[in-house]
Amino acid sequence: MKGRISSFESLGTVDGPGVRNVVFMQGCPLRCACCHNPETWDVNGGKETDSIELSERILRYRNYFGPEGGVTVSGGEPLLQASFVAELFSILKKAGINTALDTSGCLWNEDVERLLSVTDLVLLDHKFATEEDYVKYTKGSLKRTEDFLSELQKRDIPTWIRRVIIPGINDDEASSRQLLELEKRFSCIKKTEPLPFRKLCLSKYESLGIDFPLKDVREADEGDIAKVFGFY
Amino acid sequence: MNFSEWDGFRSGNWTEVIDVRSFINNNYTSYYGDASFLSGPTERTRRSLAELERLKKLEQEKGGVLDIDTSTVSSLCNYAPGYLTDEDIIVGLQTDAPLKRGVNPFGGIRMAREACESYGYKLSDKIEEYFTYRTTHNDGVFRIYTDEMKAARHCALLTGLPDAYGRGRIIGDYRRIALYGTDRLIEEKKKDKVALGKNYMDVENIRLMEELYQQINFLGKLKEMAGMYGYDISRPAKDAREAIQWTYFGYLAANKEQNGAAMSFGRTSTFFDIYIERDLKRGTLTEEKAQELIDDLVLKLRCARHLRTPEYNELFGGDPMWITESVGGMNLNHRTLVTKTSFRILNTLYNLGPAPEPNLTILWSHALPDGFKKFCAKLSIDTDSIQYENDDLMRPQFGDDYAIACCVSAMKVGKQMQFFGARTNLAKLLLLAINGGTDNVFGTKIGPQMGPMEDEVLTYDAVMERFRIYLDWLCNLYVNTMNCIHYMHDKYAYEKTQMALHDTNVQRLMAFGVAGLSVITDSLSAIRFAKVKPVRDESGLIVDFITEGEFPKYGNDVNEVDEMAENMLVMVHDALRKTPAYRGAVHTLSALTITSNVVYGKKTGATPDGRKKGEPFAPGANPMHNREENGALASLNSVSKLPYSSTSDGISNTFSIIPDALGKNDDERMQNLVNILDGYFLNDAHHINVNVMNRETLLKAYEHPEDYPNLTIRVSGYAVNFVRLSREQQREVLMRTFHQAV
Repeated sequence: MKGRISSFESLGTVDGPGVRNVVFMQGCPLRCACCHNPETWDVNGGKETDSIELSERILRYRNYFGPEGGVTVSGGEPLLQASFVAELFSILKKAGINTALDTSGCLWNEDVERLLSVTDLVLLDHKFATEEDYVKYTKGSLKRTEDFLSELQKRDIPTWIRRVIIPGINDDEASSRQLLELEKRFSCIKKTEPLPFRKLCLSKYESLGIDFPLKDVREADEGDIAKVFGFY
Repeated sequence: MNFSEWDGFRSGNWTEVIDVRSFINNNYTSYYGDASFLSGPTERTRRSLAELERLKKLEQEKGGVLDIDTSTVSSLCNYAPGYLTDEDIIVGLQTDAPLKRGVNPFGGIRMAREACESYGYKLSDKIEEYFTYRTTHNDGVFRIYTDEMKAARHCALLTGLPDAYGRGRIIGDYRRIALYGTDRLIEEKKKDKVALGKNYMDVENIRLMEELYQQINFLGKLKEMAGMYGYDISRPAKDAREAIQWTYFGYLAANKEQNGAAMSFGRTSTFFDIYIERDLKRGTLTEEKAQELIDDLVLKLRCARHLRTPEYNELFGGDPMWITESVGGMNLNHRTLVTKTSFRILNTLYNLGPAPEPNLTILWSHALPDGFKKFCAKLSIDTDSIQYENDDLMRPQFGDDYAIACCVSAMKVGKQMQFFGARTNLAKLLLLAINGGTDNVFGTKIGPQMGPMEDEVLTYDAVMERFRIYLDWLCNLYVNTMNCIHYMHDKYAYEKTQMALHDTNVQRLMAFGVAGLSVITDSLSAIRFAKVKPVRDESGLIVDFITEGEFPKYGNDVNEVDEMAENMLVMVHDALRKTPAYRGAVHTLSALTITSNVVYGKKTGATPDGRKKGEPFAPGANPMHNREENGALASLNSVSKLPYSSTSDGISNTFSIIPDALGKNDDERMQNLVNILDGYFLNDAHHINVNVMNRETLLKAYEHPEDYPNLTIRVSGYAVNFVRLSREQQREVLMRTFHQAV
């Protein structure tokens, strides 16, 4: 079947374990202030791609994946095209390729359920600690994110929780504690990755003529990340 | 035959005939562990290293050459013994003092003269006079070069030809000296000569008889040279130190006799390991002392220098020697040839710091022990000093005792030699074909005269029809030119010492090369898939192109364009084979450019792929800079499709990646690099240089070279000190793709 893809990166080492292909899906319902892929927002953008062709392409990289690596589908929001991703993953899983889904968990429907049945690992963005911040900075919902997490727990799908740490916005003690304590509530969480906020995406925003809402916020460094763990 | 020096070794075919491979396979101990057993440098090593660093700094301050002995012709016994310090363990220098260069006019007196003059020296009258009565290799070649050969050379269609210096790329089996001693080797050569004397005396037999005479003569000089240092190498080496010393004497003698472009060391570490293991068992050596021996060998190798002209340095930047040492691999019984000494020689990059020489080359197999793979990956990440070649691809063709000469040229040690042939510029050839026999940069008229193509838009079929005509013409000219060069090299600058350390009946390879593979591939893709309109000057010559529309580019794992690169190599190789090579040599081909991709670009007009006139090519088989849109592995996949069967002299790929793109921490980076190498080579790729660094580091070194004296990077089949490249070469390195994190 056909899906819309923003880009294909053959070497990804920061989205899931090992050496991975990363497929960036096109289209996203959220508008996160810290988003570094604004070119993926428009649901009509990107390039139409066939799931079988894409799986054939990914299989050409299987020798690099080693025991841990595989493919990560990111975005954009892959759940918007859950049916396409489900088909891609089921082909890849049959071929023995590890499948990881990088998502905000903002949607729930039958296609998403089918997608989770062929997903080996979920990288779930848990962006903010309060519903208020979620609305303010993402146009999404904390509740929906945690509901999604409960579904992952129910299915016992290994999950990595990821949060972009934005200095002065979500690096406070309460937020950090809440993030790290998720592990106690959900045994499906295998790892929590606080990611430093970066502004490498500024040129993308400029070329798209979109204002980057956090342009005046400083980048996070290793100290900020250490601080998050320090609160725990 | 038996020697007391062989006590404790398991006998085999090697005890009956000269067969180092048999010795290794009967006696070596594979090592499957990690690097934790390794020792750091001893105090003595530190002092020697400090002295070499001091001399290198002086050398750099003096414009790249510390000193030249202008009154001695370089040969085995023409200099008094030289030492780096008075506590050298492994001894021997090319001249009587460290980093002092000798002159070697046998390749060509003019080159020797100009090299002296460009550093403010003058070749002595004595040498000048002596060579008035002597024919050099260069004299010989130019006596017979045709006008067409000279024209192809002049307009840089054929470049870097070894017609004024030693051809290099010959690896003497220096280990034979350690294992057998020179007396036994001389005895074997004498037997061969007697046998040859019974043959019909045709030209080939007479030539070989005379060569054997010279080989025997120089084995005698080799023994004499070692004697000057106080060693009797007529007998086999009795311990590890002697084994390393004897072997090094062989290399040293070759380097005194010849100034070949890339005289490599071979595949010695596992050979040495057998002696080291025996000494360790006997209790006569410790780990620390074993490492010290290897460290001192490497220090001596780092002292090696040849005297070159500035033009040579423009082609081969950074004053390289290509003292390539091949490490690792598997044997034919699927047992790894990795030993503890494989680790020890790599460990010199930590003990002595990163450096371009020796050119440490990992023979990678999927089956290599995990501990070794990880150590190699760590070294790449920490030092950017090593390269990798696919043992699983080469072993079926070259067996398990081959080594790499220069950058990527495999040959069976002591059984095969190579006639080095530099390379032809494919992008220029395409432009020559489109212009029907006029070079649009030099104005040279050369090849079939067909006149410029008159089409308003170039069509793929018409261009390819022409290209085939010019390719056939050029390949015939190329082989003939090489035949002239190597006939004269054999006649006037024969490698007596190195060939004495080969079997008498040696197999010869003639190594041709191509530059500009990615430029011609993308140009043909543009012509085929986009719209390419030629731009003509007043005389009707095509000097530029307007390219409209999209076309797939090599380096993105897109089959329709990658296949064009594959077919190009097959086509060139097939065309070369139509003309027989001198002495029955086998035609081989490489996609390798050293740093000369900058010069080739400078001498080549604008190309249909959008590359402007004068812009550098990508090195070797690399995709063009910044045309890769799908990341690092896509680029590796494109290169891995190139057919080794047509390009068995090597396919060079230089890969630069920033540390963050390789993983989040040291352990992840190491493991990910291992997986990338495994994947690349499982896909049948041949070679890769790995640089793990940020462009910012290079930018800083470009701005403040004095702060980065030892910054080493891999360029194209070798490593260089970044600061020793020309400014132009440095800028080109900065332009290259650095794979980023996404």
